[in-house]
Amino acid sequence: MANEVVLLDFWPSMFGIRVRIALAEKGVKYEYKEEDLKNKSPLLLQMNPVHKKIPVLIHNGRPFCESPIIVQYIDEVWKDKAPLLPSDPYQRAQARFWVDFIDKKMYDSLRKTWTTKGEEQEAAKKEFFEVLKTLEGQLGDKPFFGGDNFGYVDLSLIPFYCWFYTYETCGKFNVEAECPKFIAWVKRCLQRETVAKALPDGKKVFEFVSAMRTNLGLE
Amino acid sequence: MAEEVKLYGTWSSPFSRRIELALKLKGVPFEYIEEDLSNKSPELLKYNPVHKKIPVLVHNSKPIAESQVILEYIDEIWNNNPILPQDPYQRAMARFWGKFIDEKALATRMKANFAEGKERELVTEEFFQQMKFLENELNGKDFFGGETIGFVDIVAIVVAIWFPLTQEVLGVETFTEEKFPVLFKWIRKITEIDVVNECRPPREKHLAYVKARIEGLKSASK
Repeated sequence: MANEVVLLDFWPSMFGIRVRIALAEKGVKYEYKEEDLKNKSPLLLQMNPVHKKIPVLIHNGRPFCESPIIVQYIDEVWKDKAPLLPSDPYQRAQARFWVDFIDKKMYDSLRKTWTTKGEEQEAAKKEFFEVLKTLEGQLGDKPFFGGDNFGYVDLSLIPFYCWFYTYETCGKFNVEAECPKFIAWVKRCLQRETVAKALPDGKKVFEFVSAMRTNLGLE
Repeated sequence: MAEEVKLYGTWSSPFSRRIELALKLKGVPFEYIEEDLSNKSPELLKYNPVHKKIPVLVHNSKPIAESQVILEYIDEIWNNNPILPQDPYQRAMARFWGKFIDEKALATRMKANFAEGKERELVTEEFFQQMKFLENELNGKDFFGGETIGFVDIVAIVVAIWFPLTQEVLGVETFTEEKFPVLFKWIRKITEIDVVNECRPPREKHLAYVKARIEGLKSASK
């Protein structure tokens, strides 16, 4: 059967970018469909009735939702090229643990740095730096979270970087000053063509967010 | 090398109990260590420094935390009586419903238990919709895993045992057989299984514990 792959996505979504990187690493050809989240397509609502969210991967007509689940599926189906998860079960468990940590901690703490003001924002910044420091600790001296090779944890984390310019501008902080090791890792990831191509420009994300912040009354 | 398997957990936690069940299903001998969460052991803090939570599985001195991550690890190391399907699509579906139960259903249930007024109506409706999605997944099968219990069934034991118990304590009618006939049929089937019953909290003790917790939460929110 022909391999038909469609990705329902939204250009600045960190979760969508994860899937784009995974597909690129595996050299999978796919059709990209941009969703307007204020006007979700019937296809999206049909393919993800439970959450109604992007990204959704549609492979030969069957939908896959939730970015960590999609990426693991991609790794299992296109297993002959660029393994994303480690082959050792213990290392695999650790990789899953850290992606779960990222999903529990990064998104919410980051979101609060640009959707709040004053004291709440200061608390959000502090929490965010703690998250980054924990991740730096886990990275240690390795080039990537996956060790010598870029892998599942790296691709799950790097998409947040395209939002950093926004967070730093709205929150008035500088990640590189606080967490230089983290930024060094970012730069290593950006040297990968798949990553550089998948991440939108940080300034473009900022323009998009500025419009949203105005609507939220934060500008 | 001799296998050394330790589980740090608590008797009342559905997350801890699901690991016991998985280990028992596979016939894996393990040492169980009951944690006092108000006085966490140095071992727990050493093995799970990031979250400081149970359950933690320690296999030959290597710790794994987060119950669904632990379940997948157990399935990969001990491959008798498989928990997850082999087929990538089925695996993705199992992971999806596992995530849904722990991230959506549980949170909505908590909100529904304590919300008041108009918010209660809305959250109860949300809970109903979510549980209907889950119920539809059974789709004529005895278990989510098919003819035998699998990953989703193990995760969903929180629905089979913990949900009706809190319902009983609160005296609410959000999770009833009338509303969810197919799900309740599944509950009856799964709670008939010996190993499932070996791994559930003793009823009277559990009832008393949940009552005390809910009283505590209610007075804290006043």
